[in-house]
Amino acid sequence: MPNYYQPEIETAPREKILEIQNEKIVKQVRHVYDNVKYYRDLMDAKGVKPEDIKSVDDIKKLPFLSKEDLRIAYPYGLLGTDLKNCVRIQSTSGTTGRRVVAFYTQNDIDIWEECCARAIVAAGGTNEDVCQVCYGYGLFTGGPGLNGGSHKVGCLTLPMSSGNTERQIQFMMDLGATILCCTPSYAAYIGESLAEAGYKPEDNKLKAGIFGAEPWTEEMRRSIEKSLGIKAYDIYGLTETSGPGVSFECEEQTGMHINEDHFYAEIIDPDTGEVLPEGEKGELVFTSLDKEAFPLLRYRTRDICVLTRKKCSCGRTHVKMSKPMGRSDDMMIIRGVNVFPSQIETVLLKEGYPPNYQILVDRVNNTDTLDINVELPPEQFSDKISDLQAKEKLLESAMRTMLGIGPKVHLMPPHSVARSEGKAVRVIDKRKLHD
Amino acid sequence: MAIKQLTVFLENKAGKLSEIVKRISDAEVNIRAMCIADSSDCGILRLIVSDLEKAQLALSGEIISAIDVLAAKMTDKAGSLSEILTLLDKAGINIDYMYAFTAPALGAYVVLRVGDNKAAEEVLKQNGIETLTIDDMKAF
Repeated sequence: MPNYYQPEIETAPREKILEIQNEKIVKQVRHVYDNVKYYRDLMDAKGVKPEDIKSVDDIKKLPFLSKEDLRIAYPYGLLGTDLKNCVRIQSTSGTTGRRVVAFYTQNDIDIWEECCARAIVAAGGTNEDVCQVCYGYGLFTGGPGLNGGSHKVGCLTLPMSSGNTERQIQFMMDLGATILCCTPSYAAYIGESLAEAGYKPEDNKLKAGIFGAEPWTEEMRRSIEKSLGIKAYDIYGLTETSGPGVSFECEEQTGMHINEDHFYAEIIDPDTGEVLPEGEKGELVFTSLDKEAFPLLRYRTRDICVLTRKKCSCGRTHVKMSKPMGRSDDMMIIRGVNVFPSQIETVLLKEGYPPNYQILVDRVNNTDTLDINVELPPEQFSDKISDLQAKEKLLESAMRTMLGIGPKVHLMPPHSVARSEGKAVRVIDKRKLHD
Repeated sequence: MAIKQLTVFLENKAGKLSEIVKRISDAEVNIRAMCIADSSDCGILRLIVSDLEKAQLALSGEIISAIDVLAAKMTDKAGSLSEILTLLDKAGINIDYMYAFTAPALGAYVVLRVGDNKAAEEVLKQNGIETLTIDDMKAF
């Protein structure tokens, strides 16, 4: 039985959604042109006037914004309203070296939380649920977003924030949490910790998990679902557009519905900027249709994915995006080959290893080296060195097939790979220290 | 009869071996024999201990396993190890690794990790070579 938080809009006919989008974009472009000098200059330079934008079909005439623009305009350059109208900021972790600070009016926050509420209801959430939020609270959007969404749905909210796994487990078991919200790597860690504490998957009351904020694979989804005894739902978002809840998965688990009444999505060719037709793979670009404080138009996410309007069995009519297939920020170029951490994870899960790994990239004598530390599951242990070396060789050969370059694999005891309680630090690229 | 060897996966990190041994010592378990195999990434510590269960408890959280090995009695004279190895070789039994120890009250032993414990035990028995039992270990 499908569940909706706002059924009239979530299942609205396409024409109705388009009508809403067309109405909003005209107002939004005017709002941005009048209030954001940085973007007005970009539009003027391109010779585009607000009156040229009459519907979403005209969005392609607008200039793009990139992370670089956000860096240049930091902190107030893209602000769309007076600071006195703003009630909150959120910020990115700055892991790629460019911290983003986003502003919110109360209305922006209400819409953001509604989007998160749609995700929670899609995962089966009601006011009878106990929702444990262990995304980080604070500047990171994960905690505040899902916390707000959980309130809107009326769940009993456990504002745990990240870390202190022992306490997470105690609250989960004592208070009977039914929905878990956190990063997929932390969900996997909680699953492991529950097993270590002697709990079986059926011992907890969890029924669903809403996991996002980092890339994860289908194999990892199955492994988390098994270890926690739940159905795991993906959620997507970025601080630049609001936070989690820009799109979310329904029970079909075949892509995330974009909240199109608030965000207009395009797929472009990352090299030429040309808009690609539905079904083609390219870079995801978002235009916020009603953000007041931080109204980004045509923001390039760097996420590579595919959009589809194929009818969904859940009854939602909003366009679906695939799980991002990679992010240019995550991509490593090693000996000239593009390598994504998600490929390494796929191999590990397929070979029966936990998704606990760390990638070390270095440069020795002008040649890139790739080392992967992998935790050895207890059941794979052997008293013979030759057996362990054979396991390493097997992983190395599976990785070579997947990546196209050969890494060196090192098996480690459990818990020796630095553990994430927020976002995972999967990659240590020492080449950056030398350059 | 086979006895149990406690096997511990060791991270290649300063102080790790010392930590493991200290935990066994704190549990008042006697280490009767030991052997370490190492590679560039890790080591494997193999132990014969006086109380396997206590030692396992003391090492909870580590990757450990308990496997069957043979401890064959040697007479304290030249050629006794050679005799054992020749017997196993003739029977076509492969030895993965081995190490030796002496126990004051019991004499000298060679610990053998072989592909087929039963077959090896049979060969040794037929030739009058004793192997330690789990009960013998308790006397340590």
